[in-house]
Amino acid sequence: MRTARAVGWGLVTVVMVALAVPWFLWGSSAVVAGLPIWVWWHVGWLALISTVFYAFTRTDWGIGVETNGGEIDG
Amino acid sequence: MANAGLQLGIIAAYLLVALAVGLVAYRVTDRTAEDYFLASRSFGTVVLLFTTFATLLSAFTFFGGPNLAYNAGPEWILVMGLMDGVIFAVLWYVIGYKQWLVGRANGYVTLGEMLGDRFGSVGLRVLVAGISLFWLIPYVMLQQQGAGTAVTALTEGAVPYWAGAGGITLFMILYVAVSGMRGVAWTDTLQGVFMLGMVWLALAWVLAAVGGPSAATSALAESNPEFLSLGGGLYSPAFIISTAVSIAFGVTMFPQVNQRFFVAGSKTVFKRTFVLWPVLVLLLFVPAFMLGAWAQGLGIVAEQGENILPLLLNEYTPAWFAALVVAGAMAAMMSSSDSMLLSGSSYLTRDVYRQVATGITDRREALVGQAGVVAIALISFGLSLFQPATLVEIGDTAFGGFAQLALPIVVALYWQGTTRTGMYAGVVGSQVFYTLSVLPFGVFESVPVIRLLAALATLLPESYVLPFAPGLGGFQPSVVGMGLGLALTVAASALTSASATEDATAYEGLSAD
Repeated sequence: MRTARAVGWGLVTVVMVALAVPWFLWGSSAVVAGLPIWVWWHVGWLALISTVFYAFTRTDWGIGVETNGGEIDG
Repeated sequence: MANAGLQLGIIAAYLLVALAVGLVAYRVTDRTAEDYFLASRSFGTVVLLFTTFATLLSAFTFFGGPNLAYNAGPEWILVMGLMDGVIFAVLWYVIGYKQWLVGRANGYVTLGEMLGDRFGSVGLRVLVAGISLFWLIPYVMLQQQGAGTAVTALTEGAVPYWAGAGGITLFMILYVAVSGMRGVAWTDTLQGVFMLGMVWLALAWVLAAVGGPSAATSALAESNPEFLSLGGGLYSPAFIISTAVSIAFGVTMFPQVNQRFFVAGSKTVFKRTFVLWPVLVLLLFVPAFMLGAWAQGLGIVAEQGENILPLLLNEYTPAWFAALVVAGAMAAMMSSSDSMLLSGSSYLTRDVYRQVATGITDRREALVGQAGVVAIALISFGLSLFQPATLVEIGDTAFGGFAQLALPIVVALYWQGTTRTGMYAGVVGSQVFYTLSVLPFGVFESVPVIRLLAALATLLPESYVLPFAPGLGGFQPSVVGMGLGLALTVAASALTSASATEDATAYEGLSAD
């Protein structure tokens, strides 16, 4: 179970990194509300990442790093 | 410049505030190394967040970054977002949180100490510290050079370069030697909040004057339509990826940042900082770099070597505000240097000096640390007077140099099969590859052995184009070197066995309540 969750977070990380640059907008110069559309993507993406990070700290923080399985040891 | 007096006044005021903070910090600092270098691992969220941020990116936010956006387009926002908002944040967890756990359990103050213990090797410890100082000292030199040049420009030559750089060096020595980590971090926090406020005020002011973001962007669309389209020019996919990856990993190994992994007060502090990191990146860089790009459309002309942001502010905001930002940027330069001096000193005194000298008590160690601050400041100041070309180049390529250390260390942190030989192979191999790729040999080329190396270096390409995807552009040697370091560490570890003095489980079984 714990391994599955670690793999899941790994995949989430890959997606977060891979789409930090909106490759699908490459070459696009559309402007929305005064800023290039890809700047808006950046704003939304980093806000989303912060939310994902928050979810991570509330659920699985320590996974992969704390090697005793994340249980509290006195 | 009419507002030079104002700017000098603001800088002087900043120095006084910093000194006052330093003195308060001095009063609450014990004379032990752990307290002097790490403030006894006691930092809360805000201080940790801002001290890391101010240390890392301060002067760049106002000068280097907007200049890049002005010259090449605002895509630099995405490079910084990928680099600092995402990759560095993930490393904050993968490297930082792990180091914090290990450091707290064993009382480590430096990276070299942590590795030396695990691999039973003073040699490895001295090597890692030595490599770090090799890249750090020229980088500090560049900061002093920047500050000295700025003071000279500000006073239109009334204060000569040596006096400007020397005065700032002297101030930093006084202040860092006295206050240690606590004082440095407290001023960083003031600095960071100030910077954030300034950037948004500047944005509001300029946009109000030019008629809002749509007007500013339309002007840019007319003068430089290529700036609005994603990619193109400098920004190839390979450039974006190489730059973001090598700087993000490099940053984690910069002594002053790496050491901040040890100073969090609790696990909760780590979590909060982690969540807030992308938000801070967003809040600082989007406005700062958009201002740089907009300046191009607004027809502001920056000569070679001039910074665009002050020019833009001089055009659209009152003189006192522009002065405040310039003074803030100078102070920011200092807030990076003071952290580097302190961390450099801990590497020099604990990892190098203390390994050869005996009989140093914990009490005396803080004193030795202070002497180290003075030594590094004076060496780099001395160098900044001559600015040898090779050293300037080392400073400019320092991020890539530090990045070479990162992957062998990640392997060591997570894989029990890592051996001392593996670490030597990965660390030395990647450093040799990277330095041969990026550094000029200059006068040293007349030395026979080095001539041979130089001949070898000419065989290494400046960038690497993937044969199956040439459209991505060329990848930089720093990422290739990182891959090489990773491969060498893993391969050499797999082929050798650990000696009796190595402790494979040193980083295992740790958690925080």
